[in-house]
Amino acid sequence: MLMKLARLSLWNRRGTVLMTWLSLTISIALLLGIDHLRTEAKNSFTSTVSGTDLIVGARSGQLNLLLYSVFRIGNATANISWPSYQRIIKHPQIDWAIPISLGDSHRGYRVMGTNTDYFSHYRYANSQPLVLAQGKAFERVFDTVLGAEVAQKLGYKLNEQIELSHGVGAVSFSQHKDKPFTVVGILARTGTPVDQTVHVSLEAIEAIHLDWQQGAPIPGRQLTSEQTLAQDLTPKSITAFMVGLKSRMATFTLQRQINEFKNEPLTAILPGVALAELWQMLGMVENLLLLISLLVLLAALVGMITTLLASMKERQREMAILRAAGAHPWYLFVLIQLEVLLVTLLSMLSAAALLFISLYLLQDKLAADFGLFISLQIVKLTSLYWAGAILLLSAVLATIPGVLAYRKALADGLTIRL
Amino acid sequence: MTDKPKIPAIDLKQLQFYYQSGGWQLHLPELTLHCGQHLFVRGASGSGKTTLLNLLCGITRPVSGELYVNGQPLHQLSSSARDSLRAKHIGVVFQQLNLIPYLSVLDNALLSSHFASQNKTDSVSRAKTLLQRLGLQQDLWHKPATNLSVGQQQRVAIARALLPKPTLLIADEPTSALDSDNRDAFMRVMLAEADANGCTVIFVSHDQSLTQYFHYQLDMQQLVKGVQPC
Repeated sequence: MLMKLARLSLWNRRGTVLMTWLSLTISIALLLGIDHLRTEAKNSFTSTVSGTDLIVGARSGQLNLLLYSVFRIGNATANISWPSYQRIIKHPQIDWAIPISLGDSHRGYRVMGTNTDYFSHYRYANSQPLVLAQGKAFERVFDTVLGAEVAQKLGYKLNEQIELSHGVGAVSFSQHKDKPFTVVGILARTGTPVDQTVHVSLEAIEAIHLDWQQGAPIPGRQLTSEQTLAQDLTPKSITAFMVGLKSRMATFTLQRQINEFKNEPLTAILPGVALAELWQMLGMVENLLLLISLLVLLAALVGMITTLLASMKERQREMAILRAAGAHPWYLFVLIQLEVLLVTLLSMLSAAALLFISLYLLQDKLAADFGLFISLQIVKLTSLYWAGAILLLSAVLATIPGVLAYRKALADGLTIRL
Repeated sequence: MTDKPKIPAIDLKQLQFYYQSGGWQLHLPELTLHCGQHLFVRGASGSGKTTLLNLLCGITRPVSGELYVNGQPLHQLSSSARDSLRAKHIGVVFQQLNLIPYLSVLDNALLSSHFASQNKTDSVSRAKTLLQRLGLQQDLWHKPATNLSVGQQQRVAIARALLPKPTLLIADEPTSALDSDNRDAFMRVMLAEADANGCTVIFVSHDQSLTQYFHYQLDMQQLVKGVQPC
């Protein structure tokens, strides 16, 4: 009967209840959404690189190095000369090294020059290797392997010809038009920036810049693809390289040795530490967002209590009838609590549905524009904690009209003051 | 009506009530009402009628004095004990707007038995018989209470008040919103049902013409002087 009373009483006031439900739904969806996004973003961030012990680049801050080498955000300040690279990787503790050469792009997607070690040693998430969904790794100079996102968004198939652009903007005025590349492989989706990368060999990067000087083609010295192949394509420099060690114990020793490298100023970073620092920076923003959504939720809950308080006046008759029929004032208190909990619970369910639908619709866009790979798994332990906290908060706030009903019931007796 | 040597339905002695803020006060020296007696209490507004009713149904606690309803010392019981006593033993009918608008006729009638924690299925069948006897046919039972005429609503209120088989029925001007034809029908059916249940009735009104339905009547002025009903 209590449940029936609560349910029908809410239905009786469905106009205001509907608005309350709407505002609660939106604010709860906002809160859960932001919470979900931040955990997912963190996962997405920290899973971009794994198994790499050190990342080495020209002397710079560790965040800058991490951002351009792993996330393809920003640019390197300087390069590492090829002889230095060769010398360092001869270190007995180094198991493998992946050279990275950046600076060109293809229709907004970054081009990364590397070698085939990349496909065998690079790891992401829980030490997962890269897998070719179609084709094979590059063999010839003008071969390219595309990330899953690049192939999907631009609709590229195997054996298609693509041209690279100089620089990293989506629109570039200087194209490497004379030297087209052939798509020989497409990687399986990883949920990391690898998906948005066009991979070519280091030799290819060298080849397309042979007839260039200081960022522009040298006039009157155009080489065809065939002519280039005849030249010495050993790279003169690379942007950065990733290192895997034989023993993790050597990480700090090697890091110090690289940082003190005499021939050239270099920086070696531990990706895990750099990722943590990056996340700490983003954490500020994320906490602020969470705080704002908490306040929005609080406002919605206070709104609900306000409408409840406003309705108490017109419900005096109802309360008096219940009292006359033998209801204890506690019963009225519980009735109001139940109404609040019903609305909150209903709002939480619809908020979860709203969140799921919006994530489902936004999933691709978030992945494409921000490199954030958000799962649709919104029901997890933290969201259950949130649900519990929201219910508790609404119950606490509902004591205000609840106590009011209780006290009025005691004071007014059976008289109805209209 | 009955001369069985039973516990009186209402027995009050030197009952006093006043608000903390002072000023107005109500003092009732003595009143005894036996089971099955129907008492008409007449009084103008402000004479303490409502306070008397609140005291009798245990909503307000007397400041001093003794009040027994059905042998239970209402002046000593805790508020929740008074609430359950009211649920089980006292039926209340107001002036008007007795029903919860969003509940059906049947659910409104069942409210009192719910608070008296009586068996649900048993209550439903008794409520249906009671509604039928009060002239409310089956087609009305599942309609929202607001769809009924005022006269019908008041009869549903009687059904609700009588459903838990109370010893005491308290009616606070239940006919004031009815026209004279409806009023007569209402009075007859209410008192007949009360009799059928062996229920004591206290009926409060300022309508002199209703005294014809009652064997016992008292004025508020007589009540505060301690005059016994005769």
